[in-house]
Amino acid sequence: MTGESAVRIGLLLPDLLGTYGDCGNAEILQRRLQWRGFPATVVPITVDDAVADSLDVYVIGGGEDSAQSLAADFLARQAGLARAVGRGAPVLAVCAGLQVLGREFTTEHGRVRTGLGVLDLVTTPARDRAVGGIRTRPVSSLLTESLTGFENHQGHSALGPAAQPLGRIEHGTGNGDGFDGAIQGRVVGTYLHGPALARNPELADLLLNWAVGAPLRPLEVPGLAELRRQRLSRPWRRR
Amino acid sequence: MTVLHRPSSRTRPSLPIRTRAAVAVGNAAARGSRAAGLGRGGIIGGRVSLALQPAALAHLCRERVVVLVTGTNGKSTTTCMLAAALQPFGEVACNASGANMPDGLVAALAASPAARYAALEVDENHLPAVLSEVTPAAVVLLNLSRDQLDRTGEVRRTENVLRAALASCPSTMVIANCDDPLAASAAMAAANPVWLSAGNAWRGDSASCPRCGSAVREALGGWRCFCGFARPAPAWVLDDDGELVHRNGLRIRLAPALPGRANAGNLAFAAVAAGSLGVPLGAAAAAAGTVDQVDGRYRVVGYQQHRVRLLLAKNPAGWAETLRILAPGTDPAVLAVNAREADGTDPSWLWDVAFDALRGRQIVASGNRAMDLSVRLSYAEVGHLVVPDPLAAVATLPRGPVELVGNYTAFRDATARLADDR
Repeated sequence: MTGESAVRIGLLLPDLLGTYGDCGNAEILQRRLQWRGFPATVVPITVDDAVADSLDVYVIGGGEDSAQSLAADFLARQAGLARAVGRGAPVLAVCAGLQVLGREFTTEHGRVRTGLGVLDLVTTPARDRAVGGIRTRPVSSLLTESLTGFENHQGHSALGPAAQPLGRIEHGTGNGDGFDGAIQGRVVGTYLHGPALARNPELADLLLNWAVGAPLRPLEVPGLAELRRQRLSRPWRRR
Repeated sequence: MTVLHRPSSRTRPSLPIRTRAAVAVGNAAARGSRAAGLGRGGIIGGRVSLALQPAALAHLCRERVVVLVTGTNGKSTTTCMLAAALQPFGEVACNASGANMPDGLVAALAASPAARYAALEVDENHLPAVLSEVTPAAVVLLNLSRDQLDRTGEVRRTENVLRAALASCPSTMVIANCDDPLAASAAMAAANPVWLSAGNAWRGDSASCPRCGSAVREALGGWRCFCGFARPAPAWVLDDDGELVHRNGLRIRLAPALPGRANAGNLAFAAVAAGSLGVPLGAAAAAAGTVDQVDGRYRVVGYQQHRVRLLLAKNPAGWAETLRILAPGTDPAVLAVNAREADGTDPSWLWDVAFDALRGRQIVASGNRAMDLSVRLSYAEVGHLVVPDPLAAVATLPRGPVELVGNYTAFRDATARLADDR
């Protein structure tokens, strides 16, 4: 399936930020393209690699605190992702990924770290860890369907004026201010695991529409409508 | 080795009076719980004993030879195998039924008051608490990988606390898998580590160095990080032919009744642990190899017109091993995934399992999170049906052999129902 014309999906730091199943987001984007006739490949970018600025879409996931600091070191050494964002490449950043793409975050040891700054947000440690199901309503007019996921983090993310929240919280904690995540240009951040794109196909297709530059035909994935019905309607299990 | 035979008694004479009383009350609570049909009584009895005597675990381990088995996967199997290896030399207290927190340990010890040996599996996150009470002869550390992130937190934190705990017991022999960088990192802190090379099928949590976070690479002599942290040289190697080979040339053939490379590894750990207590290795390996089921796992049971093999897989590393066990066959499979509290309530880990290995097989997605599994299988392009009840799922398949793979509560509930059904 790979060739000159294949859509290339950059899976950033699966070795550091692959703890919470978020690598699945890359596989989901790949299949949703392939099933619609677009050749697509996943390009894993580990801590030993350089970040190519030429990929069509990027995903970065959640991980442990020490891994998050290493990821911030890695991104500080690399200009590729910032260049890709600058030319309009879509990015999905989940949990620790959201935090390192922000302007600044404070580690569990109280150290303030500079992030990549492609999302206008600052993250500080929250008092309690947020663990459990989360449901939000999209804020942006780019999305219409409720978002569902599982959150597991202890970050409070405050958005600046350049970023818009992704969703308004109906259940759960998210950023800690009644909203979850952020959209800024084509960079989307969220605290949702599940993975986020497994449970929220509309968000997957928003990223893919941006990546291929054209609306994509609808897609039925066996089991997905029922999964969304269950996760959006059932009582929420919090820890 | 010297084997002491003690006269059996309900309570060890050396126990302090308060502990004896606490154990007696706990045992009574366990009998009551069993009689009321509430369960096997293990945990409640231990909980009662510990409430009455917080030092019960320490007291019950006195004058016994204790081996603790910990790690993310394989604890129950290895513990069961170790108990089988020790059995010919004296009674063994054993908790290989998953009750692996301090209350479960107390219950197992209280149930076998005269046992000279204790082979106990310990939840990896509870090992530090147990080691603060007990000085075992040996600790076996099998592996460390992600499991139940919503409940137990991240695996590197577990590695950190294990490292500190193992450093605090200098007289204990620590037998650990040198092929697993996280397990090796924790065991390297021990005064007396014995390294066993048993393989590492799933590397999702060991791609980055547990000491510095950089990439762990394959090199001559095994994995290595540029910070200097590297695979220790093993005393024992489980080779590809299933032989356990010591660096001095001694070879022991392993013949596990249980399938899969992981179980050969578990057998190797059980044999080496028994050997560390003085049991002849050949005899230990032979006895441990006869274990053919562990609390229902790997058992084949009849259900309607089916012969159902029961397998447990509850995290990505466990699934990687289970997929290897399933790989040679073509039998239809029911995959049952729950996300109850004891399973971890976030099934996102399903996306770290390479289910594409099951393409072409007849598959039924089941369990209370059957839909999460269904979507995962759809994206892996594995055709499947969805039947949330695992036994109803089995019934939809053609008569004959069926693999039933469940995570913790899905497996437990299915095995209990199959036992009732017989």
